Amino acid sequence: MSKLGNLGARLYRGEVGYDFIGKRKIWYGISILITITAIVGLAVRGLNMGIEFSGGAVFTTPKTAVSATEAQHKAEAAAGGHQAMVQKLGGGALRIQISGLDTKQAVPVQEELAKDLNVPVKQVNTQLVGPSWGEQIANKAWLGLGIFMVLVVIYLAISFEWRMAIAALIALIHDLTITVGVYALVGFEVTPGTVIGLLTILGYSLYDTVVVFDSLKEAGKDITKQTRFTYSEIANRSINGTLVRSINTTIVALLPVAGLLFVGGGVLGAGMLNDISLALFVGLAAGAYSSIFIATPLVSDLKNSEPQMKALAKRVRAKRAAAAAKGASEEDPQDGVAVGTSGAAEGDDAAVVGPPAQSATRDRGRGRTSGKRR
Amino acid sequence: MAAPKKGRRSPASQGKPGRTLVLILIAMVALVGGMFYSGTLTPRLGIDLAGGTSFTLAAQNQPGKPNAINETNMNTAAGIMERRVNGLGVSEAEVQTQGSNHIIVNIPKGTDAKQARQQVGTTAQLGFRPVLTTTAGTKAPEPTTPPSAGGKGDKNDKGDQGNKDGKGKDGKDDGKQGATPQGRAVTDSLKKAPPASPTPSPSATPPVGGGDADIPAALQKQFAALDCSTKESRAAAGEHAAGSKPSDPVVACKDDGTQKYVLGPVGVEGTDVKDAKAVFDAQQGQGWIVQMDFTSDGGKKFADITGKLATKTQPQNQFAIVLDGAVVSDPRVSQQLNGGNATISGGFTQQSAQDLGNMLSYGALPLSFKIDDETTVTAALGGEQLHAGLVAGAIGLALVVIYLVAYYRGLALVALASLGVSAVLTYTIMTLLGPAIGFALNLPAVCGAIAAIGITADSFIVYFERIRDEIRDGRTLRPAVERGWPRARRTIMVSDFVSFLAAAVLFIVTVGKVQGFAFTLGLTTVLDVVVVFLFTKPLMTLLARRKFFAEGHPWSGLDPKRLGVKPPLRRGRRSIVTTETKEA
Repeated sequence: MSKLGNLGARLYRGEVGYDFIGKRKIWYGISILITITAIVGLAVRGLNMGIEFSGGAVFTTPKTAVSATEAQHKAEAAAGGHQAMVQKLGGGALRIQISGLDTKQAVPVQEELAKDLNVPVKQVNTQLVGPSWGEQIANKAWLGLGIFMVLVVIYLAISFEWRMAIAALIALIHDLTITVGVYALVGFEVTPGTVIGLLTILGYSLYDTVVVFDSLKEAGKDITKQTRFTYSEIANRSINGTLVRSINTTIVALLPVAGLLFVGGGVLGAGMLNDISLALFVGLAAGAYSSIFIATPLVSDLKNSEPQMKALAKRVRAKRAAAAAKGASEEDPQDGVAVGTSGAAEGDDAAVVGPPAQSATRDRGRGRTSGKRR
Repeated sequence: MAAPKKGRRSPASQGKPGRTLVLILIAMVALVGGMFYSGTLTPRLGIDLAGGTSFTLAAQNQPGKPNAINETNMNTAAGIMERRVNGLGVSEAEVQTQGSNHIIVNIPKGTDAKQARQQVGTTAQLGFRPVLTTTAGTKAPEPTTPPSAGGKGDKNDKGDQGNKDGKGKDGKDDGKQGATPQGRAVTDSLKKAPPASPTPSPSATPPVGGGDADIPAALQKQFAALDCSTKESRAAAGEHAAGSKPSDPVVACKDDGTQKYVLGPVGVEGTDVKDAKAVFDAQQGQGWIVQMDFTSDGGKKFADITGKLATKTQPQNQFAIVLDGAVVSDPRVSQQLNGGNATISGGFTQQSAQDLGNMLSYGALPLSFKIDDETTVTAALGGEQLHAGLVAGAIGLALVVIYLVAYYRGLALVALASLGVSAVLTYTIMTLLGPAIGFALNLPAVCGAIAAIGITADSFIVYFERIRDEIRDGRTLRPAVERGWPRARRTIMVSDFVSFLAAAVLFIVTVGKVQGFAFTLGLTTVLDVVVVFLFTKPLMTLLARRKFFAEGHPWSGLDPKRLGVKPPLRRGRRSIVTTETKEA
């Protein structure tokens, strides 16, 4: 922990840091690649829609000696060609889903199944699901999603700024696309539970992005009044500053879900638990990733196209160039250093750079006086 | 400068941390106590976890409307049923259309299946008919008597007995249908409206009779023969009455069998009621009343019928609210009611008022339904899925505990205590909401609650990291705890607001399971804020006074050395010295 604690401290001061903004193109590339894979997967494999969407019947049988695969054949035969899905429940019971059955067909199938599986008809439980049901739920959910997106963009645009709102929205869509794509690729059944999992992500992804943006907003408040850092550098620093929080939160959020997915779902095989926890796991991970690697760099890109920021970047560059030309004077070069972003900060004997340890302290001290006053 | 200002502000939040802690502890004790008091120790589980009952309803054409079974009507009917069985959206009841003419209703175990069956099975052909004459509900013709006070309401009664499908059900509550006591007055809720002269309304205007003389002989005979004393005969009478045309006078029974009536043609139809709800009238001390809002058309019709009735004498100044051929309520009219709304008062219990309100607002199903099939379903996912989910969640939580302790050491205690408080609050509130509003927990909601651990823990992590950053700036713990708070607080509020917005929008827009989930999300988000403000922050303030934390014991998680503070270097900086003096 002491090492981690120190790392936290150094990240906070900007002594160390990963250049998220500088290397953003790589991460954009990776994200685009993943997103395209997801979309292709979605287009080629399609989603495995559960019976809540296709309609059908669910039969739950008591303990039976028949194996799941055997039961599946029998169920498909009994249902006359409709697709069946069989799950083993605890205690030898079976859960058989047959899509496309309606009320009239269900009863003979139930009797047939009972005979095949050698269990009393009365104990075979039948639950019918209408095809429109899942659709209705999902349609309303999409409607809610749409309204929410509009509202949240408005909210973020007011309490932050429109650039952040757009970046957050893009990150959100990115997360949702990846999650849906994973469903298509893994072939898990899409149930109303999955839809709910997706909606959880929606909340969480934005939540995470907002936490990072909050620190970015704080850091970028009086940016035009100084000439030491460009917006990208400030953004990078604020990501690094909240990195410890992001990592900790993500771990704490993912651990229980991973428990659900790998222990709960893994031990029991397919089931609603799996459907939801996979959505949650992928979505939470994507959400944490996108708020750091996608959303914030996007804000920085959008910001940098602003004339004010362009002018600022120019001023910063000019100042650094002047400093470099003057040789290593005490003040200026140090100001440019230790942001953890520019390549110039590396080697010790480059003309622009001051001694690392000292520069770090000085820089930190300054950042602080101006920073805390707000 | 910010520093001294903060210094002034912080005592308020810092001042009585103990008191805040006591407050939230009292709240917890009260909730747990309430849980034991109400006798429900576990949350109600949804149909996927606990099983329940499944009804299959077959749509039937109503007399005179041969082509009513179509997709639009089926969906409307399903929507109305959904609202009836899942009024608040959190009971996890499921209503689905199946095929072209079936509706399937699944209700979780623990819900009153009988009540639900009545709610969905009641086809609710609702109408307001003027009372022509009434008498006690036995066969022998008796002179017309003014309505006597009905029995007092019973918690269980639904008030919508006498539906066509009622034949099979047991009449447990039938004798206590005091849900709709007679002789209550209808009062105008908009007193300002001056009585306008009644204008003849369209065809449906009832020719209100002036006495027995107006009642056709055939109907007189029917009335004399009508026997309302047994369930079967009432059901038969109800079926007959429901099958009559709205423009014909009918004979009908009170749904509890205490009265029978000759009723005029339908004056206002159920579809004319825009909304109705039960409210508790504390101002005039009328107890529970039912408020009705009519559509503009319905308001006119209602003004007409009440205008006519108000001039009559007992019992012809009464109108009957007829549901599927049975009279559920027969309020007396004392004046013409204009303005498109009215209240019904008198002797309601909360339950009976709500039942009547529900029936009035959702009453007009466009179709009649017959219960085809009723089966008990076992938990679709089985107890073991829940069990596995809980075990898995527990394992995940144990890992979270290990991680937090390893990383935050002493601070982890604060985080874990906060998570614990949050868990207790969530559990007790969910449990108490079971009986209160029919909240039921399904598997997605359980998963959502487990995922919410992340959002809840994040609030502490944001705050801890801010405190540690302040310490890295060279502050001692006590100022660090107070100075870190305003910024952490803002971050927590902004991000939780986004979560809450998602929950609120989904709750309003969606139905069924998603709505239940949105409720869980909103609840956990609100509780997150409550716990951080009322528990974590005061606890931190208190702990900052302890030597163990204040001096940065290596196991406190706040050891300045481990956090990378380099005191000698910063002491040299002028600005820091100034700040520290200000804060000291």
